[in-house]
Amino acid sequence: MKITLDIWRQKSPNDKGKFVRYELDGVSKEMTFLEMLDYLNDKLIKAGDEPVAFDSDCREGICGTCGLFINGRPNGPVKGITTCQLNMSVFKDGDTITVEPFRAKAFPVIKDLIVDRSSFDKLIQSGGFISVNTGAAPEANSIPIKKEIAERAFDAGICIGCGSCVAACKNASAMLFVSAKISQLALLPQGQTEAKERVRTMIREMDRLGFGNCTNTGACEAECPKEISLWNIAKMNREYYKATLG
Amino acid sequence: MCFPAKIINFNHILMGKLFGSSLAQKLVMALAGFFLILFLLVHLSINLLLLGDNPETFNRAAAFMSGFWLVKIFEVVLIGGLLIHIIMGITLQIQNWIARPTRYKKRYPSQTSFFSKYMIWTGGIVFIFLFIHFLNFWFVRLGFVEGDHHNFYGMAHQLFSYMGYNIIYWISFLILGFHLHHAFQSAFQTFGLNNRKCTPVIKTIGIIYSILVPLGFALIPFVIYFFK
Repeated sequence: MKITLDIWRQKSPNDKGKFVRYELDGVSKEMTFLEMLDYLNDKLIKAGDEPVAFDSDCREGICGTCGLFINGRPNGPVKGITTCQLNMSVFKDGDTITVEPFRAKAFPVIKDLIVDRSSFDKLIQSGGFISVNTGAAPEANSIPIKKEIAERAFDAGICIGCGSCVAACKNASAMLFVSAKISQLALLPQGQTEAKERVRTMIREMDRLGFGNCTNTGACEAECPKEISLWNIAKMNREYYKATLG
Repeated sequence: MCFPAKIINFNHILMGKLFGSSLAQKLVMALAGFFLILFLLVHLSINLLLLGDNPETFNRAAAFMSGFWLVKIFEVVLIGGLLIHIIMGITLQIQNWIARPTRYKKRYPSQTSFFSKYMIWTGGIVFIFLFIHFLNFWFVRLGFVEGDHHNFYGMAHQLFSYMGYNIIYWISFLILGFHLHHAFQSAFQTFGLNNRKCTPVIKTIGIIYSILVPLGFALIPFVIYFFK
């Protein structure tokens, strides 16, 4: 099939950047979205042009590297998937697809569609450590945890830190990401010792890095490839009030 | 006056530590907003007395609301709450705009809460209406604007006999309904109250509240204009 691509091109962090239109023929419905971009780049290289820079790593939806803003939403039109899991079969022949980098002050563009998401690393670092010995895997039943709690912690723990929540939020807020980390550890006994300190420092760091504030719109939950729930944000709010007032 | 150490300590922590972060600002904003939500119910129940034929009933209620010392304290808290809600709202909104310096070219409206996208604007319109409202009533009582503050019943009936005023009134309450539609459930999420049992109930109450309360207010000029 033949598609038209409107892709954001930006040479460097300080370049103004602009949208460039590409007509791409011979796209197969079996291609993934990233394979389609590889195909485009192959053509660009052969024509002597600069290929479109984009991030990707595992290409199986678990590393969180590949987020793109496709047709007005993170990771394109299919719910609950990463950009690398998006298949070209969801598009029709003759479609125009707009591809933009994730936009946020805390995610500055490095080149084309690649953004610097090291602010997420800083957030994780600010959360510190848990003072529990690691080493060999412990006996699973030595610390009994209710099934419901374990499931909630797991549901928060599957966050891959891709930044889709920030990209989707009209305020570029990182609350869903931070809350997933906070609530995962706050739910489990291993995370209790540093729970108060963790939530305080992570919120402070989140504000310092220039993310926006949550207005409980729910776009993050709607667009999260791992479908992390807004419940985690409420849980983080509770943890924060406990840590600050308690 | 001597306050227990616990209250002073709480206040110190609240202002010193809590106020610094975005979450604290959100909490204060939600608390102030929820207080305003509760106040609207009191206000509506008094306004409904306007539908009665006896001006004395309403005027007595209005006099009670402006004379009784406990209500006077409540009034200070109310105005404070309103100002805090507005200041916090604007501050947070500016931070939000700064957080995304470059807009997207194309946006799919995936947000699950439609009215949440326009809170600053619906809030702004409600504020403009509030100013008109203050000009009509509250400022009269304070002596800033001329009028008979012993006969708010007559003043209200006079205002509601102008279609132009009624249209502004109805539009303002429609916009307030939009604002409340998101505000009600959002406040509970900010308080940290979100679970499988409560949240659907809160959302339903919020929708009912955001329809019935503005409708109740809007009904009064409608009845006065067409049936009195």
